[in-house]
Amino acid sequence: ITAFSKIQQKNLEGYVGFANLPNQVYRKSVKRGFEFTLMVVGESGLGKSTLINSLFLTDLYSSEYPGPSHRIKKTVQVEQSKVLVKEGGVQLLLTIVDTPGFGDAVDNSNCWQPVIDHIDSKFEDYLNSESRVNRRQMPDNRVHCCLYFIAPSGHGLKPLDIEFMKRLHEKVNIIPLIAKADTMTPEECQQFKKQIMREIQEHKIKIYEFPETDDEEENKLVKKIKDRLPLAVVGSNTIIEVNGKRVRGRQYPWGVAEVENGDHCDFTILRNMLIRTHMQDLKDVTNNVHYENYRSRKLAAVTYNGADNNKSKGQLTKSPLAQMEEERREHMAKMKKMEMEMEQVFEMKVKEKLQKLKDSEAELQRRHEQMKKNLEAQHKELEEKRRQFEEEKVSWEAQQHLLEQQKLDASRYTLVHTIALTLALLLLLD
Amino acid sequence: MWGSTLLGYVGIDTIIEQMRKKTMKTGFDFNIMVVGQSGLGKSTLVNTLFKSQVSRRSSGWSRDDKIPKTVEIKSVSHVIEEGGVKMKLTVIDTPGFGDQINNENCWEPISKYINEQYEKFLKEEVNIARKKRIPDTRVHCCLYFISPTGHSLRQLDVEFMKHLGRAVNIIPVIAKADTLTPEEKTEFKQRVRKELEVCGIEFYPQKEFDEDMEDKSDNDKIREAMPFAVVGSDKEYQVNGKRVLGRKTAWGIVEVENPNHCEFSLLRDFLIRSHLQDLKEVTHNIHYETYRAKRLNDNGGLHPISSSSDTQESNL
Repeated sequence: ITAFSKIQQKNLEGYVGFANLPNQVYRKSVKRGFEFTLMVVGESGLGKSTLINSLFLTDLYSSEYPGPSHRIKKTVQVEQSKVLVKEGGVQLLLTIVDTPGFGDAVDNSNCWQPVIDHIDSKFEDYLNSESRVNRRQMPDNRVHCCLYFIAPSGHGLKPLDIEFMKRLHEKVNIIPLIAKADTMTPEECQQFKKQIMREIQEHKIKIYEFPETDDEEENKLVKKIKDRLPLAVVGSNTIIEVNGKRVRGRQYPWGVAEVENGDHCDFTILRNMLIRTHMQDLKDVTNNVHYENYRSRKLAAVTYNGADNNKSKGQLTKSPLAQMEEERREHMAKMKKMEMEMEQVFEMKVKEKLQKLKDSEAELQRRHEQMKKNLEAQHKELEEKRRQFEEEKVSWEAQQHLLEQQKLDASRYTLVHTIALTLALLLLLD
Repeated sequence: MWGSTLLGYVGIDTIIEQMRKKTMKTGFDFNIMVVGQSGLGKSTLVNTLFKSQVSRRSSGWSRDDKIPKTVEIKSVSHVIEEGGVKMKLTVIDTPGFGDQINNENCWEPISKYINEQYEKFLKEEVNIARKKRIPDTRVHCCLYFISPTGHSLRQLDVEFMKHLGRAVNIIPVIAKADTLTPEEKTEFKQRVRKELEVCGIEFYPQKEFDEDMEDKSDNDKIREAMPFAVVGSDKEYQVNGKRVLGRKTAWGIVEVENPNHCEFSLLRDFLIRSHLQDLKEVTHNIHYETYRAKRLNDNGGLHPISSSSDTQESNL
């Protein structure tokens, strides 16, 4: 704007038509569609899933799909669910990042670490895709907003709340919410809010700040929102009939707490702010402040390790052609490396296979030998048996022969004997 | 022994009246401990239970006090009187329980305190020159406040009740019950009861100490309805021409003593009107005796005093 003030302002003499520019931008963005990533953090049982369902009027966590709170977690997990919502021709790819297990264990030290790691990894992905040559597809998965749920104790922030917010206020837009606000009476709620804001200031926690605009009307609205921070919300998708109207709310024996009633809770303020007015600003702040913080810290760390500061600084401001060359070289180097690696792997595998084959060959050989030996042994046995059998046969034959001889002898003897006897008889008769 | 019928009015039944007169004169002690994370309405509930400002909060502690870094034990005593009966009520608060980031073993200071009271009583009992009425500082009842998440018990709740269920009478209550709709309340209660069963946690009234069938049926009814979902308040509002204790929200007034709104009156009747004496008896006859037996078995007795301590041991 200051740049423009140095330039002369000219009045137009007719209608040119660039007043249509916002419409063109609008149409292009509508075609492209929007992305928004929302993170919800808080102990289980604070109504996070119900609130998300109420905000976007869908059943992201339906009763069939067990929401994270129904699954007992031993450590803090970070889970993403994506949903595509369409309204009036505009599509929004909404990513909800949930953190089941946060603050639920007996010892909750460092339960914020998985959350920090997740946010940093999304920043890193974006940084990498931004530095590439081919930037046509640049999905924005960075976390644009973190809804932090404070339990409605009525006293103040818990040590865990303070620790978490202190560690994350410079990485993501934090919007603290008082969960299950229908626990408190209006006076208790007021006091609680004051106490929380006091503690937030005391610990120098930087929550998301609504931007000041030039418009007086809008500023008044913004101030009204600021007075009611942190927002006390109630979530519900059950429809109840109250005074003939159908409203979303929670039915108690003593009355119905209406979700969209401004006197009952600040849900409408949250919804309007988050979706209808400040969604783009949340994305801008994430991009211009949190992401730039991350980027400068990350790249400064890289240059710090380099020997010559100037040289490495020069790397960042190289001409695109040189950058392209370098990237191509990098790409080639990477490819070569991969090729080499694959060759190595291939060689290794081949060696392994050869070895295996050799081993199995040796094994087979051994078995063959073994079997041959067995066969030989059996052969020998058989031979032995046959010999024995032969021997027996011979001896038996010999015996038979002997017996026959004996019989023959015996019969011959008897024959001779009978002949002799008859001769004698004959002689006697003569 | 066989019973014999009396031939006329003797007057034995007046002994009840005599006992009554005596207890009214001596009055009695009741020590109740409240445990739970800060902000669950413990102090408010105790004030509502005894319909007077008897909690720590009323004796000069404000809501904005910082959460202590470790669990502290703070006890406040008051003497309250009703119908000629005096009661010395001691409320033992445990600020800092479950409020830190790392809550490992936060039940230890509480366990230590309870055992210290048993120890004090034991020492007095074992003394040669005993006082006529040993001052009873033992914890008769521990109200454990469960946060109304609507899902299930937290890890910390289970750990606490497991460690202390054998040393003191634990009565779990669901705090700030006006957070839950009636359906959510029933579901939550069922889930909590099942979890307690699965973990083997016995809360008061314990099944094993039921003396007879009448006791058992009464206590069974109570056990079915526990844990009580309570709401506390010390402010009065006008509802249908009556002044009631309640909480005024933008959509209605939660009446504390209305059984359709919450189970405060059930808890109060159970705790004060029917089972107060039983709580003391179970503490004395069972929990204290367990402690005493362990102590005397472990050390082979306390410091040797004289014959009275020997007779104590032989009675074991």
